[in-house]
Amino acid sequence: MGFLVFNFGPLLYSFFLSLTKYSIVREPVFQGLDNYVQIFTRDRLFWVAIEKTGYYAVVTVVVGLSCSLLLALLLDQKLLGTSLLRTFFFMPTLTPVVASVLIWGWIFQPDLGVLNFLLRSLGLPGPGWLQSVEWAMPALLVVALWGSVGGSRMVIFIAGLQGIPHELYEAAHIDGAGLWTRFRHVTIPLLTPTIFFNLVLGIIASLSVFQLAFVGTKGGPANATYFYVLHIYYRGFADSEMGYAAALAWIFFAIIMAFTGIQFWLQKRWVHYEGAPR
Amino acid sequence: MSARVVRRAALYAVAAVLVAIFMGPFLWSLGSSLKTAREMTFYPPTLLPAAPRFQNYADVFGNPKVPMALFALNSIQVALLSVVGQVLSATVVAYGFSRFRFPYRNVLFVLLLSTLVMPREVLLIPNFLLFRYLGLFNTLTPLWLPSFFGGAFNVFLLRQFLMTLPPDLDEAAKIDGANSWTILWRILVPLCQPAIATVAIFTFLNHWNEFLEPLVYLSSTDKFTLALGLRFFQTQPNDAQEPRDQLLMAASLTMTAPVLLLFFACQRYFIRGIVMSGIKG
Repeated sequence: MGFLVFNFGPLLYSFFLSLTKYSIVREPVFQGLDNYVQIFTRDRLFWVAIEKTGYYAVVTVVVGLSCSLLLALLLDQKLLGTSLLRTFFFMPTLTPVVASVLIWGWIFQPDLGVLNFLLRSLGLPGPGWLQSVEWAMPALLVVALWGSVGGSRMVIFIAGLQGIPHELYEAAHIDGAGLWTRFRHVTIPLLTPTIFFNLVLGIIASLSVFQLAFVGTKGGPANATYFYVLHIYYRGFADSEMGYAAALAWIFFAIIMAFTGIQFWLQKRWVHYEGAPR
Repeated sequence: MSARVVRRAALYAVAAVLVAIFMGPFLWSLGSSLKTAREMTFYPPTLLPAAPRFQNYADVFGNPKVPMALFALNSIQVALLSVVGQVLSATVVAYGFSRFRFPYRNVLFVLLLSTLVMPREVLLIPNFLLFRYLGLFNTLTPLWLPSFFGGAFNVFLLRQFLMTLPPDLDEAAKIDGANSWTILWRILVPLCQPAIATVAIFTFLNHWNEFLEPLVYLSSTDKFTLALGLRFFQTQPNDAQEPRDQLLMAASLTMTAPVLLLFFACQRYFIRGIVMSGIKG
């Protein structure tokens, strides 16, 4: 059970560190809750990071989950070449994030990039994308969604859809239910356990966004893409403020636990489990 | 009948657009990776070069400033050692959880699963300090050593699979005089091969793509993995001080290719692994 030691030991140690001033070259000095007080009252970038990460998470989770579900529905239509389609949707999610950011960086290139060329030929202005304060975040969102909607979430949705008994659709059809009604009242309720699973893991993954911004924008321009884990990294490993960074990490931990806890609490209201576990 | 035909046609049209969106970046970067430096500056941009310049891929590896081959070896080393570690440790731990009764077994299992929702970022600093204390900073060791202590997801996956194997198998072997180790390695492991393949593939993928840990643990260029090393092509201008985006594209695709090949070779293990993880619901 060395595994548990590897996880919970460091967890407690990092909590201890978060109560100290520890600039790595000197021994940690205990200073109580000073780091936390400082984070909440004087750290402007902390709030910037919370805002940017929150925005990113809301969009990637809501849009991302919806897109994954729509793709799964499309693949569930028994079209010709479905397995090939699935492979195409899946390939971006296998691409290492560093590589996909670099590939998209070339597409987003303001002057020579193919995206702005296409926009201009439609008579639209081509923004500076990763170099622009307004467009850097949308650009990263595009990369993130491209690299995630066709991945494991979609595959889990497909499995969920295939687990819905065909008779239920037929019964609903006989009762005169249209396409939308069947989707709304048969598919969605029976899919709620799958949605719940994807939601919990999706939120955690979104909040942990790091390399997208680290490689693509360094958190800029003007902190437009300054995500929370960047803040932990810069304070801990660029500024060597280990105690401070540990406190930031613990706040992050608390936020994620809170979200996960709330979802497990709320699931009683909307997640519909069938009597027997499937 | 005709409404149905229209609907099908619309679905195919949607599918075609989606394929363009998902595959476009690959085609675009593949085309760009075969261009000359001058072709990269053409406006309007061209999708394909006049003549494919495969030399770009050789240049990616033959660059004196960027030891790409070394990065690749480092990545391979980390990924393979992690696979060995995860497969061995997760198998043993999963065997323990599925076949033995011991006090607090269920509590321990729930604790194990709870680490699935625990962000790695909170462990980064203490683990970093630990490895630094052990004198392993700027070595590849911190990147693969933790794999030898199992991973919650892999343990869960293997345990679920072991639970589907009838305990009668164990009993029969025990009567024939086999001990627990023999049962595990001679009887259960061969039966678990699909699940073990899934674990191996996902572990390889995760470590191949991993970025934050190498960034934190490695400081000298000769230790870098591909994920870190790729960024050199972002910043390293060549002798003429021109950006070399065609090499950046070639390097990015080089890093992506092994993952895609692995996927094509083992597609069914991928899909099954994901589905097994989701069924818990």
